[in-house]
Amino acid sequence: MTKRQSKLEAINLDAYYGDFQALKNINIAMEEKAVTAFIGPSGCGKSTFLRTFNRMNDYIDGFRTEGQILLDGRDIYATDVRVDELRKEVGMVFQKPNPFPKTIFENVVYGLKIQGIKDKKTLQETCEKSLQQAALWNEVKDKLDKSALALSGGQQQRLCIARALAIQPSVILMDEPASALDPISTAKIEELIYELKKDYTIVIVTHNMQQAGRVSDHTAFFYMGELVEYAKTKTMFTSPKDTRTQNYITGRFG
Amino acid sequence: MRVQEKIIEGLLWLSAAITILITLSIIWVLLSESVKFFSEVSILRFLTEKEWTPLFAEKKFGIMPLVAGTFLTTAIAIAVALPIGLTIAIYLNEYAHARFKTFVKPLLEVLATIPTVVYGFFALTVVTPFLQSFIPGLAGFNALSAGIVMGIMIIPMISSLSEDAISAVPRSLREAAYGMGSTRLQTAFGVMVPAASSGILVSVILAISRAVGETMLVAIAAGQQPRLTLNPLVPIETITTYIVQVSLGDVPHGSLEYRTIFAAGMTLFVFTFLLNNLSFWIKKKYQEKYD
Repeated sequence: MTKRQSKLEAINLDAYYGDFQALKNINIAMEEKAVTAFIGPSGCGKSTFLRTFNRMNDYIDGFRTEGQILLDGRDIYATDVRVDELRKEVGMVFQKPNPFPKTIFENVVYGLKIQGIKDKKTLQETCEKSLQQAALWNEVKDKLDKSALALSGGQQQRLCIARALAIQPSVILMDEPASALDPISTAKIEELIYELKKDYTIVIVTHNMQQAGRVSDHTAFFYMGELVEYAKTKTMFTSPKDTRTQNYITGRFG
Repeated sequence: MRVQEKIIEGLLWLSAAITILITLSIIWVLLSESVKFFSEVSILRFLTEKEWTPLFAEKKFGIMPLVAGTFLTTAIAIAVALPIGLTIAIYLNEYAHARFKTFVKPLLEVLATIPTVVYGFFALTVVTPFLQSFIPGLAGFNALSAGIVMGIMIIPMISSLSEDAISAVPRSLREAAYGMGSTRLQTAFGVMVPAASSGILVSVILAISRAVGETMLVAIAAGQQPRLTLNPLVPIETITTYIVQVSLGDVPHGSLEYRTIFAAGMTLFVFTFLLNNLSFWIKKKYQEKYD
C-alpha cells in the first residue's frame, strides 16, 4: 500500500504559555480523510495542540510556539499566512455548543456572509446541504427562521457542525464535541463523524476512551505535554507499547 | 442576644425605609406644587403654548421651548458620546491588551469625576471660541458647544457600561466567530456588538437620562433664552437651567412664577423616570438570554 499524503503535520513543535511549556517536541503526521483522536488526562496538552492547527491560541497572552505545523505541506505559522483565511480551511467545533444568538439559517450561512456572499440562492442551497450533511435538516427545515438558541443541546452542536461545514473546510477540529451532551445526542454526533470522514480530515479531542475507540482510525496519547504514543486505534487499544498508555487506557489513572 | 438581633434588624429596616420615604416625599412636594400650578395654568396650555415667559409681564407657560432646548443639547451630546464611547468599548474588548485595558479603563472613568461646573467653563471659554473661529454665526452661549462638551462628559458612561456588556458576552461566541474565519472587525460588529446590544442600549439610555438632567454645564454654556428651535448655534434654555435661574432669583415663594419650577421639575422627573424604567425593563427582558 502506498503511503497517503499527510494532511496535517507537526514538526518539533514546542508551545509555551509564558514560562510554562505546554507541548514538548511534538512530531506527528495525520492522514487525509481519516479521524485522529487525541486522548490523555486533563492538562496533558491535547486541547492546546488541537488549537494550534487553526491558531486559536493566538489570542492568549503569552502563548507562543516553536517548530512547525504544516497543512498540506505549508507552514501555517509562517508570517504571510492570514489566520482568517486559515480558519476557512480548518474548521472547528467546540466543547460547548456555541451557536450565535441568531436564526438557524443565519447561523449556517454566517461563514458565507462574512466572505461577502449575498446571493440568496447560494445561501439557501448551502444552508440545506450543510444541514443535511450534519443530519439536522429534517428536524429544523420548517423553522430555519427560528432562534438557534431554542434548539436542544445536541441539535445546537449539530448546527455548529453544519455551520463549520458550510464554508467547506478540508479539516475539522473537534474539541470534546460530545462531552456536554446526553448519550443519544452523543451517538448521533459519533455517527456523523463516521459519515464526515469520507470528505474531511477530522481531529478530535476526547476524554472518553470508548468514543476514541469507536470513531477514530488513529489515536495519539498525550501525557504531560508529550506525545507518548501514536498508532492505529486498534493497535493502541489492544497492544499499547508504552506502560503509561496502557495504564491510562485501562483506567489506572486519569 | 435576641434583643440585639432585633435592634440590628430594626436599624437596617429603618435605613431602607428612610431612603424610600425621602424619595416619596420629593415626589409628593413635586406633585403637590405642580397640582397648584396646573390649577391656574391648564395642562393643555402648558404643553401647547410656544413660548415660555413666566417671569415677564406678559406671561406664557409653554414648556416646549425648554423641552426643545433639553432635547437639543442631549441629542448633540449623544451624537458625540455614542460613536466615541462605543468605539472605545470595542477597542478595549477586541483589540487592546488585557494590561492596557486595566490601565485605561479607570483612567477614562476619571472623566466622570471632573465637576460639571468645570466642564461648563471649558465649553464657554475654550470650545465656543474655538468653534467660533470657523462657525462665524455662533453665539457666545449656544447649544452646540454645551452639547459637545456634555458628550465628552458622558463618554465614560457609555464606554464603561458598553464595555461591561461586551465583555459579558460568553467567550465561546467570540471563539465561534474567530473559528469561522472572521476578522476582528467582523467579530466585533457581526457578533459581539449584536450580542451585547441590550446592554449597550441600556448604557445609552442611562447616558440620555444623565444628559437630560445635567444642569451646571448647560446653565453656564448654553444660555438662558427659552426658544422653540433646533438651531444649535443660538442661545437656548434647558429645563434644568430654568429651575436654577428661578431658584437663584428673587421670585417670591408661593407665587405662580415660583410654582413653574415645580411643573418644570415634574416634567424633568417624568422624562428621567421613564428612561430609567425603560433601561431597567430592557435589561430584565434581554439579559437572561445568555445565563
